[in-house]
Amino acid sequence: MENYVYKDIVIVGGGPAGLAAAISAKNNGVDDIVILERDKYAGGVLRQCIHDGFGLQMFGERLTGPEYAARYEDKANELGIEIKLNTFVLDISEDKVVRAISPEDGVVYYKAKAVVLAMGCREKPRPGIMLPGQRPAGVYTAGLVQRLINIDGFVPGKEAVILGSGDIGLIMARRLTLEGVKVKGVYELMSFSSGLKRNIVQCLDDFGIPLYLDHTVTDIHGKDRVTGVTVAKVDENKKPIPGTEQIIDCDMLVLSVGLIPENELSKSAGVQLNNVTGGLFVDDTMSTNRDGIFACGNVVHVHDLVDFVTIESNNAGKCAAEYVKGQIFEGDTMNVIPTNGVRYVVPNKIHKQHDRKTVELMFRVGRVYKNAKIVVSDSNGVMRSFNRNVLTPGEMEKIKLAQADIAAAVGDITVSIEE
Amino acid sequence: MYDIFIIGSGVSGGFIALELSKYNLKVAIAERSLEPANGCSRANSGIVHGGYDPIPGTLKAKLNLRGSQMMPEVAKRLNIDFDPCGAHVLAFGADDDAKIQELYQRGLTNGVEGLSVITGDELRAKEPNVSEKVTSALYSATTGIISPYKMAIASTELACMNGCEFIRNCEVTGLESKGDHIAIHTTLGDYNSKYVVNAAGVNSAIIAKMLGDNSFGIIARKGEYLILDKSESGIVKSVIFQVPSNMGKGILVSPTIDGNVLLGPTSHNVDDKDDKSTTSAGIAEAVAGAKRSVPTVNERKLITMFAGVRSVPTTGDFVIGQSSAELRLFNAAGIESPGLTSSPAIAEYLVGIMKQAGVEMSEKKNYFVTRPAEKHVVHMPQNEANELIKADPAYGKIVCRCEQITEGEIIDAIRRPAGAVTVDGVKMRARAGMGRCHGGFCTSRVIEILSRELGVPETEIKKQNDGSNMLYRTLRED
Amino acid sequence: MKREDVIITCIACPNGCDIKITFGDDGNIASMEGYKCKNGVTYATAEVTAPERILTSSVAVVGGAFRLASVKTQKPIPKALLIDAVKEIAKVKVKAPISVGDVLLEDLAGTGVQVVSTCNVQAEK
Repeated sequence: MENYVYKDIVIVGGGPAGLAAAISAKNNGVDDIVILERDKYAGGVLRQCIHDGFGLQMFGERLTGPEYAARYEDKANELGIEIKLNTFVLDISEDKVVRAISPEDGVVYYKAKAVVLAMGCREKPRPGIMLPGQRPAGVYTAGLVQRLINIDGFVPGKEAVILGSGDIGLIMARRLTLEGVKVKGVYELMSFSSGLKRNIVQCLDDFGIPLYLDHTVTDIHGKDRVTGVTVAKVDENKKPIPGTEQIIDCDMLVLSVGLIPENELSKSAGVQLNNVTGGLFVDDTMSTNRDGIFACGNVVHVHDLVDFVTIESNNAGKCAAEYVKGQIFEGDTMNVIPTNGVRYVVPNKIHKQHDRKTVELMFRVGRVYKNAKIVVSDSNGVMRSFNRNVLTPGEMEKIKLAQADIAAAVGDITVSIEE
Repeated sequence: MYDIFIIGSGVSGGFIALELSKYNLKVAIAERSLEPANGCSRANSGIVHGGYDPIPGTLKAKLNLRGSQMMPEVAKRLNIDFDPCGAHVLAFGADDDAKIQELYQRGLTNGVEGLSVITGDELRAKEPNVSEKVTSALYSATTGIISPYKMAIASTELACMNGCEFIRNCEVTGLESKGDHIAIHTTLGDYNSKYVVNAAGVNSAIIAKMLGDNSFGIIARKGEYLILDKSESGIVKSVIFQVPSNMGKGILVSPTIDGNVLLGPTSHNVDDKDDKSTTSAGIAEAVAGAKRSVPTVNERKLITMFAGVRSVPTTGDFVIGQSSAELRLFNAAGIESPGLTSSPAIAEYLVGIMKQAGVEMSEKKNYFVTRPAEKHVVHMPQNEANELIKADPAYGKIVCRCEQITEGEIIDAIRRPAGAVTVDGVKMRARAGMGRCHGGFCTSRVIEILSRELGVPETEIKKQNDGSNMLYRTLRED
Repeated sequence: MKREDVIITCIACPNGCDIKITFGDDGNIASMEGYKCKNGVTYATAEVTAPERILTSSVAVVGGAFRLASVKTQKPIPKALLIDAVKEIAKVKVKAPISVGDVLLEDLAGTGVQVVSTCNVQAEK
């Protein structure tokens, strides 16, 4: 028979999402909160993101990752929110029993009135892209390289090839270069980079690092340590073009090939996943399909800016607090369905009646669009449309719908792209 | 002076060492890699075969059957998991149906129990995901699954608990007959031993030749495999084979003992005995082969790919026994499939031959017959886990998130006899880094723990062999 | 000598305008085209006259819960100095505890710009 520790809200993850959710829940009148954080520090991945550019939305400043994290950690401490470090959640049951383990407390069963899932995301590893070749030392994901350099204090190689031009890959190209590692090039399978423009300029162009679009790595050489990789141009089906192969000497291959929401625990709680993104389905209160289980941040969908994680998590924390206080939101809902060009939409369900002025929809597109329209329709036809000069998969898109429109909508609504 | 010097710590070397460790003998097991089981024993199908496949009368037939019978007890004593999940060999059409009958008859001749031939429909009632095109199948009830590298590591470990010496990073470069003993030249220096056991896998023909034994050759045959995520477990409940060919038992779809799904192997002869690379063509071949048996296989759930190099003897059968060229040399060579299954039986058989050949052996009064179980904290009841964590907080610190492995378990893997000294060594013993994120989170922590436990700088920690250092230099340290 | 035309990719927003700049005989900007807003003009002008960057890096910590403390330059420094500036930062060693905003180096590579901590590092327990 297990001994329970009773809590109003258990927050799984002490990164930016978990911290913001906790602070928001506290500010909305719930005191009995615990954050369970698996690492030895709070702040999550922000602690290793020592570059700047965070916080423009929230603070109007260009903060570094650790500074952004510190603001929320300090705030949580100031509010007396309990943060349990080195505490790993093993599973979550459907009735909100959270089993955690730590060196200090051992195995603990928390029985929560509400749970907030804020586990963040992880990187897609080598097998995720079916990259064949040898299996030597020197093949690392970009986030691991970032942790090694910025937290643990090690330079993992001398000459690097980077596969994937997502933001972490670009950031690491600069970071490695500044520490004396020769970055021989960034290779991108797609015809566009999924990274932010400013990162391409400031992380690659500033240092003369070439970006090869429509290229991939097809083989890894070296039995003990990486001695080189084969790169090749790809055709429109993203298949390597025979004859374009080239061997690049290097002792390190850095993979920046995508992020996957970390939802293993969500599965244990019976929470419904979005199979397109690996993220979660949530409604406009950031509630999952499981009663009293909320979610926010990269576990729901991979954000491009931490500021948006914070905004989303504020909402999740507030709604979790309301839930604990018995203010359960009921009433008619409608689904929000991504169609033509839109990969997913958060939230995917909206309450029709709500005391608010607007509802924000966040989503990503599947490819680059120029001079396109985001079209929101209900079963009667087009409700609203929004013009955009550019839409790219690398940048999360946000639109606001007026509550009046929501209330008046008939049936479910769709979000699509028209060129 | 050693009494017996075993070259190679795969499953053959490990079980031979374990068998010899019961006797009052000074035994060493030398491994050219930093960890046991770094050759074929690390990368094969992990199947305990029933024994219907080998040609009757061969050593393979005899030792397969014996090994298969020994396996449940062996696994229990080594405290490793073994699942007798059974196997089905699939026939696609009339030609295959005939071969299935042939295999069945061969199995009966070999003395294999638990065999039956069933129809395609009967099979699909048990294994609903197998192809509609399957016309019949041979069912083997005694076939099972096991971790091959765990077998090699655990047998070596138990042998070392009984006084056997594990010498890692020790590549034999020459052997010299000295009349009353053999001089062994290695990359670590010279050793002398009264007898040498050649369990050197793909290199066993080279080792034998060093003492003038040219009685067999070894062909290196590479097999590529894919492992699917645990989410796919249940797609098959038993090992699914196709009718074998002269290049091996074909591509299988199998549950693994750790709860994943295994696809493969391909089967191609290679010149480079150490060629463990995977290829796009190999992966495609393994996937296509697997889909022939189980069309719903989802290769997008791939979590890793690997390749192993099998030692195919030119003689067609295991080469086990005293060398006629050098009486102080005993071979356990050409141990291709069903070598894993046979390995405990190979050890028993070879040690019997050694005794008959006059190698003096007196049994020890006391020796360990059981390897202590590994702790897996997250599977323990709360109070048991908490007692352990209270005594040693390292058991409360999760390092590998995917497999939920604690620091305490990793330290155990390092401190055990013939323990881990590399990142891959930790992975093979404690499963840290084996999961879906592939060490993205835990690698740096594992390096830190290895460094602390072994008392060497982090930059000296290796992935597998010498030269496979994980980190290049320390930042901000002069 | 007349400067050659350059194209600057603006980083002010996701549009990423390619701004073409031509120079007069005096070396000053003669014309600019391709921008969609005034942020582009400001950015492109700075990029061709005196490009500057915030530098973020880390310094060694003695006696801290972490081996490193992350740092940044208080103000942008000339782009051309980035590599040399890192070499200077690499020589810095500080004692824990450290708080966000602590000045760890007064004058980085002769720029007069301070290097400040961007994280908190407690003393080792």
